[in-house]
Amino acid sequence: MGLPLVESALQWNSGILNANRDPKNDDVEFQITRLYSRFHSLDKGENGALSREDFQRIPELAINPLGDRIINAFFPEGEDQVNFRGFMRTLAHFRPVEDNEKSKGHDASEPLNSRNNKLLFAFRLYDLDRDDKISRDELLQVLRMMVGVNISDEQLGSIADRTIQEADTNGDMSISFSEFIKVLEKVDVEQKMSIRFLH
Amino acid sequence: MTSRAMTLAGLFLLLLTPGTGGSQVPGTDGAGDHGGPHGLDGHGANATNKAFPVLSFDYKHVQMPFEISLWVLLASLMKLGFHLIPRLSSIVPESCLLIVVGLLVGGLIRVVGEDPPILGSQLFFLCLLPPIILDAGYFLPIRPFTENVGTILMFAVVGTLWNAFFVGGLLYGVCQLEGTHLGRVDLMACLLFGSIISAVDPVAVLAVFEEIHINELLHILVFGESLLNDAVTVVLYHLFEEFAAAGGVTIKDVFLGIVCFLVVALGGILVGAIYGVLAAFTSRFTSHTRVIEPLFVFLYSYMAYLSAEVFHLSGIMALIACGAVMRPYVEANISHKSHTTIKYFLKMWSSVSETLIFIFLGVSTVAGQHHWNWTFVICTVILCLVARVLGVVGLTFMINKFRIVKLTTKDQFIIAYGGLRGAIAFSLGYLLDKVHFPMRDMFLTAIITVIFFTVFVQGMTIRPLVDLLAVKKKQETKRSINEEIHTQFLDHLLTGIEDICGHYGHHHWKDKLNRFNKKYVKKCLIAGERSKEPQLIAFYHKMEMKQAIELVESGVTPAPPNIQPKKPTERALPQLSKSREEEIRKILRTNLQKTRQRLRSYNRHTLVADPYEDGWNDMFLKRRRVMELGKKISELNNYLTVPAPAPDSPTMARARLASDPQAWSIKPKSDSIPTIQVDLASPQSPDSVNMVDEFNKPSKPTEAEEEEGLMMKAPSSSADQKERKRDKEDGVEQQRLARCLSDPGPSAEDDEDEPFLP
Repeated sequence: MGLPLVESALQWNSGILNANRDPKNDDVEFQITRLYSRFHSLDKGENGALSREDFQRIPELAINPLGDRIINAFFPEGEDQVNFRGFMRTLAHFRPVEDNEKSKGHDASEPLNSRNNKLLFAFRLYDLDRDDKISRDELLQVLRMMVGVNISDEQLGSIADRTIQEADTNGDMSISFSEFIKVLEKVDVEQKMSIRFLH
Repeated sequence: MTSRAMTLAGLFLLLLTPGTGGSQVPGTDGAGDHGGPHGLDGHGANATNKAFPVLSFDYKHVQMPFEISLWVLLASLMKLGFHLIPRLSSIVPESCLLIVVGLLVGGLIRVVGEDPPILGSQLFFLCLLPPIILDAGYFLPIRPFTENVGTILMFAVVGTLWNAFFVGGLLYGVCQLEGTHLGRVDLMACLLFGSIISAVDPVAVLAVFEEIHINELLHILVFGESLLNDAVTVVLYHLFEEFAAAGGVTIKDVFLGIVCFLVVALGGILVGAIYGVLAAFTSRFTSHTRVIEPLFVFLYSYMAYLSAEVFHLSGIMALIACGAVMRPYVEANISHKSHTTIKYFLKMWSSVSETLIFIFLGVSTVAGQHHWNWTFVICTVILCLVARVLGVVGLTFMINKFRIVKLTTKDQFIIAYGGLRGAIAFSLGYLLDKVHFPMRDMFLTAIITVIFFTVFVQGMTIRPLVDLLAVKKKQETKRSINEEIHTQFLDHLLTGIEDICGHYGHHHWKDKLNRFNKKYVKKCLIAGERSKEPQLIAFYHKMEMKQAIELVESGVTPAPPNIQPKKPTERALPQLSKSREEEIRKILRTNLQKTRQRLRSYNRHTLVADPYEDGWNDMFLKRRRVMELGKKISELNNYLTVPAPAPDSPTMARARLASDPQAWSIKPKSDSIPTIQVDLASPQSPDSVNMVDEFNKPSKPTEAEEEEGLMMKAPSSSADQKERKRDKEDGVEQQRLARCLSDPGPSAEDDEDEPFLP
């Protein structure tokens, strides 16, 4: 069960993880192996794929306000199982951006861990109905999750309104992806949304 | 400007001469004997003259405070002077100018024939240094600091060690050369000298970097390094001092040195943290004695510093730890005025200290006995530069393997170039015992030369270099609520991803710390309701308050205040003609004057005015007068409002609102306007005002008017539907205005927007 999957992962890794550089191949192999063992330890049903319950068994995720949304991000549309490939694909968003990747021009496929794609990943966590806009209600839901139960709805509403007003440039009372990017232009997303060991 | 300096210096000298001969600055050796005549008054010297002395001159008994005050005054006037000359302060950094002034003053004193005072180590370490460090520590931007703490520690510890050994070792090699006549300088002395000169100085770095506004990362790297290398410097200094006295060194001593370093650093931080927690805990109970709140902050911090110094731990690290630990909790507990006070006082003291330090450096240069040795000095300067560059490059190479955001060559250059030396090196050198170190004067000369070189050459050229290299500058804009929300969102997201990966990284531990903080620590250290307030809400409150203050400050201009151009609910002020504006101002000024008279009698112990002092008669009279005025005004322009009678006196309302953040509580409001309603009910007032209800009446609350007096509002008695709506909005605006205070405090800086624990 284990080894063939890892090898096939290593074979297509160059597609997803852009690991064509030779000196780094060892690192990449190490990371993939590590992630695979993690995948395996989460996979209690031993069927080579993770279900939502497997994720929910992680204790820290249960107390994370965004836990459910993060779990959902792993599962493609309408499916209930995610295999190792999908697992890696989602995690690939969080690789640190290499300098030489930054200076690369726009090739046909932007790597998954580019700034744009990182932001798109975060945007999709807000925008549950996939209409490419963060509406006031979606924002309220996220705020409610982050802030807890002690704050009144009205106050949260005022914060949400203020947030939308600040970001909204085309007056549609919701935040589109380009507005989202603009608002976060000062935040160092490449650093914030990167996990070091995936380097 | 120089003439001013000269007159002042001249005045100072005139007063100094009759007093003392050869006085040191108080705090080093005891003040010398005062020779010299004392003028007209003879203390019982002339028994024959029975006339009562009408005017006498007795300088002796005020001498010490007088001199201290004169020096501080000189420093402050210098500072004033520099900023009045715009071109000068943009070319030459302030520190350079101050050293030059010090040189001049020292020269003057010398010319007059007196001995100029030297920057005594005790004075420096106990009085001049702590305010600067406390200011830095209290306002330390925690988030960038913790994100880069690994890098900072590497530079501080490994970098300083490298510098010390490199400079010390190579200097020893130079001294051993035949032609230099420096054979007396042994290895230990050289190493000690190296350790003194290798530490980057926080005062100098602050002074220079504050003016060039480079980006946050570089600033925190260099500045953090200058703060944290104190532990290394302290340990190395004492180590080598001991070794030089003892003669030999063994492996055991080296091992003990390492242990000593850990003890000094961690002990300092622990001491600081303990005092910080104590200060936070004390501030929980200060809701009834707001006036002395700032004092607790200063006292606890200073005690932390002194306690660390008792055990020869790192006082600087204790001070930083104390400030950083206590700040989130203290700020949640104290009133807005106390916060402003703390900020102002810290800035003031640190500014004066810095000025004094640089002036004294200049004076000490003139005063000290120098032993100039070309080889030694030149070698020192060159070796310091080389060591710094090599150290930075080498360390960056290693560090970049672990960093996500790598340090570029430009960054490395600025870090290396920003390694300025300053007064700490001088004071440490001055502390050296002349008996054990006969070459102390030579050391001091070399130290001063290095300081001058770094401050003048590097300090002056760093600004054009920064521009030339197009280094990223500090971003001036404030943090928006979007950034705050999304940053927190990303924090949660990354914590979740880390948990899924099973990777215990940065986010994981930060999240754990935050949870621990929220669950246990905040409950202990923050009073009342604020302990449960989420970070986001606190941030939002702060932002609203700031905006309200800005609104008030922009005052009555015929143009609408343009803070948020997109905000649909904000209403533009009505256009008033100049003459009408004048009439309005005059009328309200007469009202305002009455208020100020009433303020005079509140006592020292509380900021809340006594409700019974106003006198109810006065209030009725005022009401009647105000209503007459109101009729007059409404004739002028029906957009103006009746200054409605205040249900409680403005002083009380203002004091009540301003002094107690715990009086805020969130009141649910069933209205669609995006604002926070404030419940003003407070046990102190017999008739609390519910401002929300006032919207239903056409009358308006007058607090805001009293505050600034000139914000006019739209509604008239004939409640139009549109005007009613504007009414409510303005009422809300007035509420916000009422919550804010007349004193905006020092310029808002980014540090104010820092959340409690990032």
